[in-house]
Amino acid sequence: MKNVRHLIEPKDLSNSEMMELVDMGIKMEKNPQDYVNLCKGKIIGSLFFEPSTRTKFSFDSAMLRLGGNLMGFTDVNTTSAKKGESLGDTIKVMGAYTDIIVMRHPKEGAPKLASEYSTIPIINGGDGGHQHPTQTLTDLITIKKYKDTVSNHTIAFCGDLKFGRTVHSLIKTLARFNTKKFYLVSPKELRLPETIINEIKSKYDVEIEETSELEAVMDKIDILYMTRIQKERFFNEEDYIKLKNSYILTNEKIKPAKDDMIIMHPLPRVNEISKEVDTDKRAIYFEQARLGVYVRMALIAKLLGAI
Amino acid sequence: MLTVNGINNGIVIDHIPAGKGPRIFNKLFSEHVNSPVVLLMNVQSKTLGKKDIIKIENEYNFDLNLLGLIDKHITVNIIENDKLKEKIKVVVPEKIKGFIKCKNPRCISHTDDYAIPEFTLLSSNGTLKYSCSYCEEITEYKF
Repeated sequence: MKNVRHLIEPKDLSNSEMMELVDMGIKMEKNPQDYVNLCKGKIIGSLFFEPSTRTKFSFDSAMLRLGGNLMGFTDVNTTSAKKGESLGDTIKVMGAYTDIIVMRHPKEGAPKLASEYSTIPIINGGDGGHQHPTQTLTDLITIKKYKDTVSNHTIAFCGDLKFGRTVHSLIKTLARFNTKKFYLVSPKELRLPETIINEIKSKYDVEIEETSELEAVMDKIDILYMTRIQKERFFNEEDYIKLKNSYILTNEKIKPAKDDMIIMHPLPRVNEISKEVDTDKRAIYFEQARLGVYVRMALIAKLLGAI
Repeated sequence: MLTVNGINNGIVIDHIPAGKGPRIFNKLFSEHVNSPVVLLMNVQSKTLGKKDIIKIENEYNFDLNLLGLIDKHITVNIIENDKLKEKIKVVVPEKIKGFIKCKNPRCISHTDDYAIPEFTLLSSNGTLKYSCSYCEEITEYKF
């Protein structure tokens, strides 16, 4: 098991490995026909204990574009987990049927637990409100493509910074790449966990400013990373209703923004970005979702030792 | 005055803050111990005013690191052949497994028996703060 590489959280990859995957993803996007047999004969196990559209289907698409096959589930009720089977046992069995596993699970730390019992690579496709490292790779390939570099930017994260796993993974990663400044824009109930702020401040020389006013930072930023207020993370519906409309991005609100600022969103969007914004050239969130396929192709190929 | 004899071989856990002895006794010695054990409570102490003491005869294999979670003043005396072989001052453990529960209700450790988190000490100023190996959430330990 010692030689098996997993991707449970972004820090499982060095900065140079991340950039290697991003660059390989960009190459794969340019010339996808060169990689159609790279993972021929390999099977990805797609274990989705929680719903997903982009992560699930982008991994399916990535494996099929590499010439591989896939098996798995998206409804946990159809599996033995419903009968009370432990995750470790499920993983041991799936390890015999597949060559690599991508999993999403509502419980935080589930992919790490899976990796402890797996003889094949485990990719974390999102665990509760904890980590989402392949979304981070998706975000990095998007930033690299649109801003030429992932370093030296001023970035605002807006919305649910408390439960937003995409934010947790991305902010820790961007801090490693010499980000100039983070603006953390959220209602006070959904602020970024103190542990993450403290970790970043103790390790990296990056400025962090918390605010609840998106308008106040709009003209200062290179990247605006919007997030959804996630209903499924609240134990109490009343709290969700109170906060769900905290930030709604409109054409009017982005008027002061720089001409080359980019608006990102991990999707799905509910109402936090008004549909009128979609046609603005700075709105690249659907392109971001598309690029996710190619960086996932690079990741699968790397973990399977094909590149 | 109540008197309890010394032990020839075994462990004396001394300088336990008064009132904390029973909980240490329950956590460390309630199971799998066949040897004689005594718990002394409210013993006069120069430094603490009152203290609790636990003595266990002929047994040495306990995870005494856990005592560091309880109070930094606790000392452990290892007795062999009527002599003090070693005096150990407890320290707050840097890593601990199977003794603390993660406070995060969404952590996998609450729903899967395979998941026994290892906690890493983040800070020991005032309260002890540990980070869970699965979900990274911070759990404050209070004895």
